[in-house]
Amino acid sequence: MKLDTTGLESFPTLLAPQSDVVGELSAAPSFDLPNSNDFDGFLKEAIQMVKPAKGTTTLAFIFKEGVIVAADSRASMGGYISSQSVKKIIEINPYMLGTMAGGAADCQFWHRNLGIKCRLHELANKRRISVTGASKLLANILYSYRGMGLSVGTMIAGWDETGPGLYYVDSEGGRLKGTRFSVGSGSPYAYGVLDSGYRYDLSIEEAAELARRAIYHATFRDGASGGVASVYYVGPNGWKKLSGDDVGELHYHYYPVTPSTVEQEMVEATGA
Amino acid sequence: MTKQHANWSPYDNNGGSCVAIAGADYCVIAADTRMSTGYNILTRDYSKISQLAEKCVMASSGFQADVKALQKVLSARHLIYQHQHNKQMSCPAMGQLLSNTLYYKRFFPYYAFNVLGGLDNEGKGCVFTYDAVGSYERVGYSSQGSGSTLIMPFLDNQLKSPSPLLLPAKDAVTPLSESEAVDLVKTVFASATERDIYTGDKVEIVILNASGIRREYMDLRKD
Repeated sequence: MKLDTTGLESFPTLLAPQSDVVGELSAAPSFDLPNSNDFDGFLKEAIQMVKPAKGTTTLAFIFKEGVIVAADSRASMGGYISSQSVKKIIEINPYMLGTMAGGAADCQFWHRNLGIKCRLHELANKRRISVTGASKLLANILYSYRGMGLSVGTMIAGWDETGPGLYYVDSEGGRLKGTRFSVGSGSPYAYGVLDSGYRYDLSIEEAAELARRAIYHATFRDGASGGVASVYYVGPNGWKKLSGDDVGELHYHYYPVTPSTVEQEMVEATGA
Repeated sequence: MTKQHANWSPYDNNGGSCVAIAGADYCVIAADTRMSTGYNILTRDYSKISQLAEKCVMASSGFQADVKALQKVLSARHLIYQHQHNKQMSCPAMGQLLSNTLYYKRFFPYYAFNVLGGLDNEGKGCVFTYDAVGSYERVGYSSQGSGSTLIMPFLDNQLKSPSPLLLPAKDAVTPLSESEAVDLVKTVFASATERDIYTGDKVEIVILNASGIRREYMDLRKD
């Protein structure tokens, strides 16, 4: 039994699918399923063995000038940090960004797939796909795999003919339109900073600083978030990366080390 | 459908460690040659490294039956690619092919932990590191397998380069010469062998550079 995923690859293979020896390789790619009576149990165990469950902090919000998207960069497997340099903000095309939280492979693969679909839409219709349309493409795919154990929590942010757009999409089938989202294990901390500092009429610099602060404070309180705080801005001319800062160094930026008063007293005492 | 055992378990872990380091104009890929199951050593001379293309080498630990199947799929795909395009696949292309191949088995994964090393189109060293279901990342150095938790912090300490995500960007080239990198690989395997029962016997080191491919071996503890 196989799920057909015709169209997963962006180009048709040149070999005829029925041709003999390479039959399986040249046919439309499809997902291999285990021949198990207990699919759920098998998958649960299999995924437990191999998947880096990822703690994350990502956020995105719409404001006067466009959309800001920000994320940390840590990937962990239980207590072990498997990478400090994950690209959690995925560049779908020059006008659209996706964020990743949940399973790394699930997010990476389906965003790559979404990028292909958006490009095909562009070629067929001679115009860029709307953020609404792109997020719905992704939500529909994820819904069709509902209950099979995919783990995706993503925000699709971009600029289209209607202006800035922001959607939250997850692997349970949810798709929400909004102006302010945060996803991942660090999201409660990020929301705290974001909600207290957010105004619609922020300037680009103020908005970027708010996003950076929110990510930093999330990495400070959430052990599963860390690494580099990346901030992107999407405006009428597409996205631009505004900053990438090591949160270890950001700490000293937000909380500079000041000489303690005790030391000063001692200096005075020896001088007197 | 055929009736199956209540606790059907198709996987085994054969252990082993893999390391890859990318330099400015070279790439070093290494893996030990021990294959185990539980406390039992099956063989002391099993190569975990396979050459997928002229400038692309993969080292894999995990379940060696799955690894063998994966290697076969990739070499078949590469053969088709050569017939269609009349050239060797580049390392970044093979990197994405490996990611897709792993993800197509998302619901019945290959129990394989891979590092892919090689030279990119500009001749620079490149290393791609994977999880079992196809999430991947281009890095300067990486380690996978049973000894990875011992090796990775050591490599971080010796090679840690600025994160590629930083802006303004900082130069992130591994600061070692080829011979220094090979020596470092020998050191990390000797160290991992001291504390990981699944790593030992021999380390196989593959070095890729402009003048071609070269192999070296070093004996490790056999206990």
